[in-house]
Amino acid sequence: MHNHLLITDNDPQSELSTLNLGPTHPATHGVFQNVLELDGERIVSGVSTIGYIHRAFEKIAEHRPFYQITPLTDRLNYCSSPINNMGWHMTVEKLLGIEMPKRVDYLRVIIMELARITDHIVCNGVLGVDTGAFTGFLYMMQFREHVYEIYEEICGSRLTTNIGRIGGFERNFNTIAFDKIRKFLKEFPVALREFEALFNRNRIFIDRTKDIAAVTAETALSYSWTGPILRAAGVDYDVRAQEPYSSYQDFDFEVPVGTNGDVYNRFLVRNEEMWQSLRIIEQAMEKLEKEDLSIFHAAVPEFYLPPKEEVYNNMEALIYHFKIVMGEIDTPTTEVYHAVEGANGELGFYLVNDGGRSPYRLHFRRPSFVNYQMYAPMSRGMVLSDAIINMSSLNVIAGELDA
Amino acid sequence: MAKISNEELLQQLVSKFDDKITQLGDPYGLLTIETSRDEITNVLSYLKNDLDFIHLTDITAIHYPELEKPFGVIYHVHNLAGGIRIRIKVFLAANDVHIPTASEIWNGANWMERETYDFFGIQFDGHPDLRRILNVDDMEVFPMRKEYPLEDPNRIDKKDYFFGR
Repeated sequence: MHNHLLITDNDPQSELSTLNLGPTHPATHGVFQNVLELDGERIVSGVSTIGYIHRAFEKIAEHRPFYQITPLTDRLNYCSSPINNMGWHMTVEKLLGIEMPKRVDYLRVIIMELARITDHIVCNGVLGVDTGAFTGFLYMMQFREHVYEIYEEICGSRLTTNIGRIGGFERNFNTIAFDKIRKFLKEFPVALREFEALFNRNRIFIDRTKDIAAVTAETALSYSWTGPILRAAGVDYDVRAQEPYSSYQDFDFEVPVGTNGDVYNRFLVRNEEMWQSLRIIEQAMEKLEKEDLSIFHAAVPEFYLPPKEEVYNNMEALIYHFKIVMGEIDTPTTEVYHAVEGANGELGFYLVNDGGRSPYRLHFRRPSFVNYQMYAPMSRGMVLSDAIINMSSLNVIAGELDA
Repeated sequence: MAKISNEELLQQLVSKFDDKITQLGDPYGLLTIETSRDEITNVLSYLKNDLDFIHLTDITAIHYPELEKPFGVIYHVHNLAGGIRIRIKVFLAANDVHIPTASEIWNGANWMERETYDFFGIQFDGHPDLRRILNVDDMEVFPMRKEYPLEDPNRIDKKDYFFGR
């Protein structure tokens, strides 16, 4: 570990004390190690060590057919895996040139926005915990549970969802799912309002977060930041608005921005994004009523895994099933980059295809990885307790950081 | 700012760099150019300072073992205001995988280049801290190169000829 320190033994500053913050530490939410040089409580320098849960997803992806890569994307940002799943499906659909029916787009938008809300619930709730307010976290956590129940109705699983297929959803949404979404739309705003009332003008919370880890727009851009933390610094870049995918252009929503990029601004931006997500879901529910209720996937039998009962009773479905599972589908030899607005920022998939069974090269542009590299430099001069809050508000997810 | 089209962008780059850049196409609307490692710093700074491509989205690499220059370094750069992206590729010979760092242009390039070094062994000259980032420090290979198989190389049940290829 010694070679990770910036200050050597001969340096006059070696009077400082060294603190290994992490890899497992109750104050860091995930596997993060930072070797910090402390002068009293103030951080003089820090080095981040990452990779503790690296699982070689990019290498594994080079050996798997497209539909088997979806479960890998679950395990990137596991706080909002549906966004990763949809991002991957849309990348492959872009590669194959599949036009999606509007209803599928809207269903996907609902799922993605629910996922964004759960992610922000965790991030903002935990930020409250780190500043000493446990109530908000406990109170909001039950709504993540409600969203997970919606996932369960749609795909059967909760955390690592593997939701949807290339070309649509594996099955149609049932009425229970829609009922649960409606119930969530009714109950969650009440809780969110209370959550905001608890924090937004709370003296203790403001004292702990205002002007902490403030970042200018210029610095944030130079460090390639994206997502809520970039918007908190005042840059209105949101992939949903700038390069609309999955019919986001049909929706009316605002991109909230902050002013000085501190922890308080990031908190407010995330809260406002939850309101905007609710707005989008409500619009999507309205739009769905005008669509044909039976459509839940595109009519692309050569790429969409057929339902099992058809596979056993229908020749064509059996052939397509076999071809898809064995990776025998015809795919163009080209490359594609597709980005979605993940809960932490721009989640990009760079796929180079050679027409074979699996991608020739797949690279995940992971917002947590890119955002986190500023953590150690920006911690310099901060007191330790502020650095902890700063880490919470960056919302770095270890799975996405380490791929 | 109004949207810039790929043609306009390419024209501006060609008028500046002439034959030092080559257009590789624009798959799915994303203009892709190739340049040499001598020019990459100039191209990136020109894009950032003169054409407003202020956001570095991604740096990664790719390995084509059968090519004369097997290693490609791939940059994705984004003009946020103009709403346009560009992809730049530089190909390197296997015995000379050196390329100038972009971390002086964007701070964000630092870890992206470390990751690329970690997995492909690309040497970014001038990088302030070119160490492995996700793999262990004493690893001796660059695992994303194609010569390192994912699974047991003696396993034959997944060979292409079983699938008619």
